[in-house]
Amino acid sequence: MVRLITHNLLACHVKGCTSNNFPLEFKDVQVELRDAEFNSDFLRGFIPKIEWKALVDAARQVGNTSLPLELPEMLDDDFLKSLHHVLLEIHVEEGSMTCPNCHHVYPISNGIPNMLLAEHEIG
Amino acid sequence: MSRPELQAPPEIYYGDVEAKKYTKNTRNQQIQADMTYRALELLNLLPDEPAMLLDIGCGSGLSGEILDEEGYIWTGVDIAPSMLEVALEREVEGDLFLQDIGQGFGFRPGSFDGAISVSVLQWLLNAETSHPTSSPPHRLNRFFTTLHSALRNPSRAVFQFYPSSDDQIQLISSIAQKAGFGGGIVVDYPNSKKAKKVFLCLFVGGGGAQQVPQGLDGEVEEDGKARFERRRERERTRSNSGKRKPIKGRDWILKKKELYRKRGKESVPRDSKFTGRKRKPVF
Repeated sequence: MVRLITHNLLACHVKGCTSNNFPLEFKDVQVELRDAEFNSDFLRGFIPKIEWKALVDAARQVGNTSLPLELPEMLDDDFLKSLHHVLLEIHVEEGSMTCPNCHHVYPISNGIPNMLLAEHEIG
Repeated sequence: MSRPELQAPPEIYYGDVEAKKYTKNTRNQQIQADMTYRALELLNLLPDEPAMLLDIGCGSGLSGEILDEEGYIWTGVDIAPSMLEVALEREVEGDLFLQDIGQGFGFRPGSFDGAISVSVLQWLLNAETSHPTSSPPHRLNRFFTTLHSALRNPSRAVFQFYPSSDDQIQLISSIAQKAGFGGGIVVDYPNSKKAKKVFLCLFVGGGGAQQVPQGLDGEVEEDGKARFERRRERERTRSNSGKRKPIKGRDWILKKKELYRKRGKESVPRDSKFTGRKRKPVF
C-alpha cells in the first residue's frame, strides 16, 4: 500500500545519510490499482509539496508515463485526474526501495515497507 | 491499572493474539474513537481543507478509520507487524509503515499538516537493550526532532498517552521543547479517576501565538451504555453451571458403610436396593 504520494515524502533515515537520500528507488515492484475518491482541493493544496522530478521518475519506475516532465502552469481537469491516479491509486504491493546514497534497502512486503534499522544505523 | 508497556516491547506484546483481541474489544474501540476525535479537535485543523496527517502508532487502524471517515489522507506507522496485518485485513485507506518511531522518521521537511498519536508515547519510556541508542531520552529526542522537521509550519501534533508519573511528563515535554516544539500538556477531566486523559499538544512554528487549549472539565458524559464488568460474567457462569451434583449420593453412602465395616464398627445397616433412596417430601 505504498502510494506514490507517500513515496514522494519519504527519504532515507539511516544515521549520517543526510544528503542525496531522496528519492528512494523502486526495485522489482508489483503494483495494484485501487480506486480512490477524487478530491481536486486536496490535490491543488498538495502540489506545492511535490518534488515533481522524483514523482515523474517514480511513476516511470512503476510503469506509468502519463505525467509531463515539467509541472504545467495550467492545472486543468485532465491533468489533475492523471495526477490523482498516479498519487493515490497506484499501490506498490511487493518489491523494495533503495536509498541512492547509502544503498540501504527497505523491503516492501504485503504492501507494508519495513523501515526498521539495524542498531549501527540508528542516528 | 495494568501496564502492558512494562511486560514486553510493543512488537512482542501485540502479537497475533493480542492484536486481534485489542481490535475486537468494543470498549477499546470506543475509547480509541473518543480519543481520536478529541485529538482531532485539539489539532484544530481548518475545516473543509483536506489535510495530510501522520498517525503515529496507528496499530490496527482503529483511529485511521476515523481519519478516513473525516476525509483526511493519512499515513500510519507502527512497530507491531501483527497489528499492521489486522489493519490490512480491515482495509484502511492510509499507507502503512513498519517503523520504530524511536529510530526517527525519514520524511521530507514539511510533509504533514498534522500528527496524531493515541496511547503510544508511554511505550518509548522503556529501554530494551543497553545500547546508547536504546535509552529513552535518546529515542525520544530522535523521535521529536525528526517529527518536528516532518511537520509543516505552522501545524500541530497531538499525543494522547498514559504517563505513570509526573517525571515522565517532565521528561517528554522537556525533550519535545528542545526539539523545537511549543505547546504543553492538556489534561481532560483531571479530577476523575476513570475519565482522566493526558494529551501532549505540540505546536510547530506560529511564533508563540498559539495557546495551549483548555482541558475538558466537569462531569463526564455518560453514553448510556452499560460498562463491561467482570463480575457479571462470573455470575453468569455460576448460574449457568446449574444443578450441582449431590455429594452424598448412593455411592458415597455405600463407600462409608464399607469403611465402617472394615473398621469393625457394629450395627452398620446392611446394603439393599433401598439404600440412599430419595424420600417423599413429608408435607
